[in-house]
Amino acid sequence: MDPASILQYCITGLTVGSTYGLAALGFTIIFNTTGVINFAQGEFVMLGGMVSVFALRGLGLPEPVAVALAVPAVTLAGALVERLAIRPASGRPAMDLIIITIGVSILIRGLVMLVWGKDTHALPPFSGETPIPFLGAALMPQSLWVLSITLALLAGLKYFFSATLHGKAMLACSHDAKAASLVGIGVRRMVLLSFMISAFVGAVGGVILAPLTMTSFDVGVLLGLKGFAACILGGLGNPFGAAAGGLILGVLESLGAGLISSAYKDAIAFVILLALLFVRPSGLFGAKDAKRV
Amino acid sequence: MGGFRADVLRLCALAAALGLAPLALSGGYHLTVLTMCCLHAMIAVGLNLLVGHAGQISLGHAGFYGLGAYTTAVLTSTLGLPVPLGMAAGVLAAAAVAFLVGVPSLKLTGHYLAMATLGFGIILSILFNETVAITGGPSGFTGIPRPAVAGTPLGDLAYYFIVAGSLCLVLLLSLNLLHSRLGRALRALHTSEKAAQAMGIDVARHKLFVFVLSAGFAGLAGVLYAHYLTFIAPASFGFSFSVELIVMVVLGGMTSLLGSVLGAFFLTVLPEFLRVFENVEVLLFGLILVLCMLYLPGGLAGGLAALTERLRRTALERTRSREAADD
Repeated sequence: MDPASILQYCITGLTVGSTYGLAALGFTIIFNTTGVINFAQGEFVMLGGMVSVFALRGLGLPEPVAVALAVPAVTLAGALVERLAIRPASGRPAMDLIIITIGVSILIRGLVMLVWGKDTHALPPFSGETPIPFLGAALMPQSLWVLSITLALLAGLKYFFSATLHGKAMLACSHDAKAASLVGIGVRRMVLLSFMISAFVGAVGGVILAPLTMTSFDVGVLLGLKGFAACILGGLGNPFGAAAGGLILGVLESLGAGLISSAYKDAIAFVILLALLFVRPSGLFGAKDAKRV
Repeated sequence: MGGFRADVLRLCALAAALGLAPLALSGGYHLTVLTMCCLHAMIAVGLNLLVGHAGQISLGHAGFYGLGAYTTAVLTSTLGLPVPLGMAAGVLAAAAVAFLVGVPSLKLTGHYLAMATLGFGIILSILFNETVAITGGPSGFTGIPRPAVAGTPLGDLAYYFIVAGSLCLVLLLSLNLLHSRLGRALRALHTSEKAAQAMGIDVARHKLFVFVLSAGFAGLAGVLYAHYLTFIAPASFGFSFSVELIVMVVLGGMTSLLGSVLGAFFLTVLPEFLRVFENVEVLLFGLILVLCMLYLPGGLAGGLAALTERLRRTALERTRSREAADD
């Protein structure tokens, strides 16, 4: 196997892995404020792609406007999910809330299927389709968009969580919600904010991925699954572990597909993930087992 | 919730209802739905032991269901072994694989365990799809024999009674288990693993036992399913069905075995009722699921208990006020 094709697989893997990482980030942000795994996370990614396609084709808007419209729309959808489905059940066991998010994901899928049909759509690439040669491999311009937007988003979130009041308040909620409310942090507002940020991050992931892979009403299931796998791989609760987990998962998958078998690429990624969990039960970058009895 | 005797009484009522149900139903379609309900309930009961009582999670139970189905399909159809032998092998295969997977997986906790079982389920589902020479791949496995008595294959009604009977046996076994020393150990384990350990409960062995048992129930449902439809396809054993099974357990009411039966029946019948709405079907299913979870905190079982309690109370009040009026 020549190095150029290995590089090619890595580039593909990093590109797809970026979206897994963004989905994983969404999981992590909500998990940190609520302790809930949001099964509707993949639907936010799907909505990002589908709303842009609709704004582009249905409303005839130019692509940048369509994208600029889709991301806030999905962020709003995240807020609605929290307000209508999560807040009325606050205080219930995490398992109940998880089942509610499963219901919400089915609902969103059903809604999109009803409004925009079952067809598969593609979004045109942001800046052409001429591959850029890079050390013997071909780099698609869209891959550059995906990688740079992901990096920018990561940097933005890093700044948000470490330097702004709202970010620090959200971190405080993740450590101890009760203590956070005692020092005057509106925990409920932070939960709402976490759903909005997760939806935002997911939508951005969906928008930048849509030109590379097709999008349809049911792509969210698999993306959500990969996102969950990525945040477990990186260690649940650690946002940057989640992003790294996504990139690693993407590269593993792409190398598995290229070097071993494309039919078994998901199986290969999951076998490695299982093997890793058995060796490191709390993920690559997860905190060592520290639990109150 | 009452003791063992109350539970057995409820089980008898359920058995009677299942026995009489075919009389009230018209035609083969209703019977098929009812048979599917019983099969799903069987898996949900096993999963309830694992999730509701032992406090572990599995997002891979559809895999064990499929494993049972494919094992018996290959053995009886491809290799021509007798049906009972294939069925027994299917259940054993599901249990054996659960044992092998359970030993390393059950060391994990919470969401990490969910991920491990989920990954395992997906690997199995990919294997069902890709090993075309053995399983027939995505287009499915056809020509699985119906069990026959004295040369004639069993009819749908007779087969329904076998499935319903198996469900009752599974329930009886599970109730017995929960009211035994082992059941108490499981509840202790659910409350606090460390405290259970300190009381001398072998935590790892108990978790593994319940995991293997629940996989065995899923395997049993799988073999019964395969010989009922005589056709199986990987789509029935995927990730979404694993999630649906967990939903059945939680929606039914986590700590109640009969609640899981209720949850399984509800989620199996609901899509059939919603089918008339065609395009809105998926949307309504999601909406009903969310509403049930929001407004029935104790699950369907809890909701039913609250309803009967309220009816009893209003009936009581009515007789009281009537007595007062008579005076």
